[in-house]
Amino acid sequence: MMAVRNPTIALVGNPNTGKTTLFNALAGMNQRVGNYPGVTVETKKGKLHIADRTLDLIDLPGTYSLAPRSPDEMVAVDVILGNNPSEPRPDVVVTIVDASNLERNLYLMTQVLELGVPVIIALNMVDVARSQGLKIDVDRLSQQLGVPIVPIQANRGVGLDALKSAIARVLESPACGRCPAFPDAFEHEVATLQACTGPTEPVYLIRRLVLDVGGYAEKRLGAKYGADLIDKMHAARQRLVQAGFTLAGIEARIRYAWIRKMTAGCIERPVERVVSWTDRLDKVLTHRILGTLIFLAVMFLVFETIFVVADPFMGWIKLGVGWIEETVASAMAAGPLRSLLVEGVIRGVGAVVVFIPQIVFLFAIIAVLEDCGYMARAAFLMDRLMARAGLNGKSFIPLLSSMACAVPGIMSARVIENPRDRLATILVAPLMSCSARLPVYSLLVAAFLPIEEYGWFVPGLVFFSLYLIGIILAPALAFVLKSTLLRGETPVFVMEMPLYKMPSAYTVLRRSFDAGRMFLKRAGTMILASMILVWAALYFPSGDFASRIETATQRLEGQRDELDEESIAAQEKKINELRSEWKAQSLLGQVGKWIEPAVEPLGWDWRIGMAALASFPAREVMVGTLGIIFGEGEGDAGEEEYRRTLGGALREARRPDGRAVFSVPVALSVLVFFALCCQCVSTLVVIKRETNTWRWPIFTFVYMTALAYVGAFLTYQIGCLF
Amino acid sequence: MTLDQAKEGQRVRIEGFVGDDLVLQRLMEMGLLEDEEVEVVGFAPLGDPMEIRLRDYRLSLRQSEAARIRVILILPDS
Repeated sequence: MMAVRNPTIALVGNPNTGKTTLFNALAGMNQRVGNYPGVTVETKKGKLHIADRTLDLIDLPGTYSLAPRSPDEMVAVDVILGNNPSEPRPDVVVTIVDASNLERNLYLMTQVLELGVPVIIALNMVDVARSQGLKIDVDRLSQQLGVPIVPIQANRGVGLDALKSAIARVLESPACGRCPAFPDAFEHEVATLQACTGPTEPVYLIRRLVLDVGGYAEKRLGAKYGADLIDKMHAARQRLVQAGFTLAGIEARIRYAWIRKMTAGCIERPVERVVSWTDRLDKVLTHRILGTLIFLAVMFLVFETIFVVADPFMGWIKLGVGWIEETVASAMAAGPLRSLLVEGVIRGVGAVVVFIPQIVFLFAIIAVLEDCGYMARAAFLMDRLMARAGLNGKSFIPLLSSMACAVPGIMSARVIENPRDRLATILVAPLMSCSARLPVYSLLVAAFLPIEEYGWFVPGLVFFSLYLIGIILAPALAFVLKSTLLRGETPVFVMEMPLYKMPSAYTVLRRSFDAGRMFLKRAGTMILASMILVWAALYFPSGDFASRIETATQRLEGQRDELDEESIAAQEKKINELRSEWKAQSLLGQVGKWIEPAVEPLGWDWRIGMAALASFPAREVMVGTLGIIFGEGEGDAGEEEYRRTLGGALREARRPDGRAVFSVPVALSVLVFFALCCQCVSTLVVIKRETNTWRWPIFTFVYMTALAYVGAFLTYQIGCLF
Repeated sequence: MTLDQAKEGQRVRIEGFVGDDLVLQRLMEMGLLEDEEVEVVGFAPLGDPMEIRLRDYRLSLRQSEAARIRVILILPDS
């Protein structure tokens, strides 16, 4: 039996028009996020119920215009044209239009009409328009455009039933509206070009081919029909320019003129513009001094939230994971299976879940900032500063967030529309010093540059410098990337400053929930797998170490009450030495010894090299690994007491020839290495997820490791001169 | 003059554009077209970008882009 497919409804609209709110209101809880192959934008899908029918609803990415310049921007055009293999052509396209900003919103609508699908206008924010004194004659406008118009207030759920019945009516008797006509000379060129491609190519694409210099239509049709078509295209453009057209303006002039003609007599504006809340707020929020101060306060709040507010939640997760580890460990006999479960799987899952609080909190804040309209102001205030690094104002929040954790930071780069700016931001974000580097910084600074020996300002200065490395290098590298690998025309920075409004609780919760779930689903397994891999490299070959440690531990536990403190400490030391010996002969330990010549120029011996290797999946492992290798046992890196004893052990550690393993230059070289190296599988996996290719995470890993090596090398060599 | 030279609070009318490229296409798509009136709302702390009002909304753009738009000042009717 053939399955009868549901009618499909696509939702399109400008950014900041309440499109997401409308989609949520129509689809309810039942929605999922979809990715098409080869593109990084997301489309959301849901089901819409009208009477007893079920319809498929697709939410296309918000855009001002359907003039695609990249595969990402092509998604909407392809879906509406029915060219997307995984999506049927929509039966109706609901275009959401901001009633308070009619002309610019209708621009996109005229393009949708040209794609030859039935259109319904959902006229949103009619209340805002009214409060600004705008009067819109909906019936007349609908007649003029030949398109049904339904006034709605998506945030209050007003008009949704009327919208649903309008959709049902159009499904019954589909009809396409009128659209503006292009000049004859232009249409003549389009017809000539279409003769080369044949009638299978939609006219819309051929028009785009002529209009969009360097656009996506050139790439796609050029690849399909060869250089001949491209030559003809250049000739056609040349003729048009000679005839007095500016290519950049043909389309906009026609559409806006048509829109003005169609809306004439349908819209009444007040003689004196009403001073709105947005005007009053903007006087303060974009003010040179006040606005900057408020911006800094907001950013401080963002940073505190992911750094401090998320902290107890992360602490609880760690506690919970620790409890599960203990419970499972005490219930099982010692052996590879227990170790795999406890040190591999459970700890690995813990390492994934521990990111959730920061991701959820950061995305909630970003959703609030975006939804209320402040994000655009923040980008406005920061743009000049970021432009110096070849980025734009919207890169600021991802980079700042990366100082807490690069994972949510990289995910939040989605707010950057320009693909090259977004990519550059993603690639440099891991250079910012994240909170996972802190324990390593604390350990080494406290052990080798203590206040008592070097003065009160030295530890602080070192910390500050380590953060500064990221703050200086990230923009610098972004600049290098933007002028080499990611070179291209400077992106156009035209950004709408939307009206301020109350953020919708549902939208905010939904976004942070989606971000958390997506991270677990798409990144979780990869991170877990890498954790297990490193566990195995540290476990095997295990010899009889596991059972010897187990016996020794049991003996100690049995005698603990009878022994004095000294003998307990001696026995514990023995157990720790066994652990250290075990790891030293493990696979990773052998690799550590093997690469010693490579880390020698950094001033490291093989043990430091091995600890650095072991912390490639997650740098917070470094402290614990150093603990095991230097015979202090594995402790909690967050605990000051443990770090102090470990610090003492590191100072005492000697090489076979009696030289100290660590010196100040060595400690500094390790610190610089940690500041620069991408020892975080989660970051790499998230980069893969956000860019949809392995090329960029590999690139990030390679450049950061190289940078870290060179940085550590210079630090050590220069440090040795003093 | 060009739009980037306009001062905060001034109202101007667009006369024409400099060049014919992607930047202009984007600006025009956003509704910056000949004969439109534009009001300069203000400038960011470091003097760039600028915020303008046109049609029924507000837009921010960089000075380098504003310099592509030729405008004439609309004198305030006293």
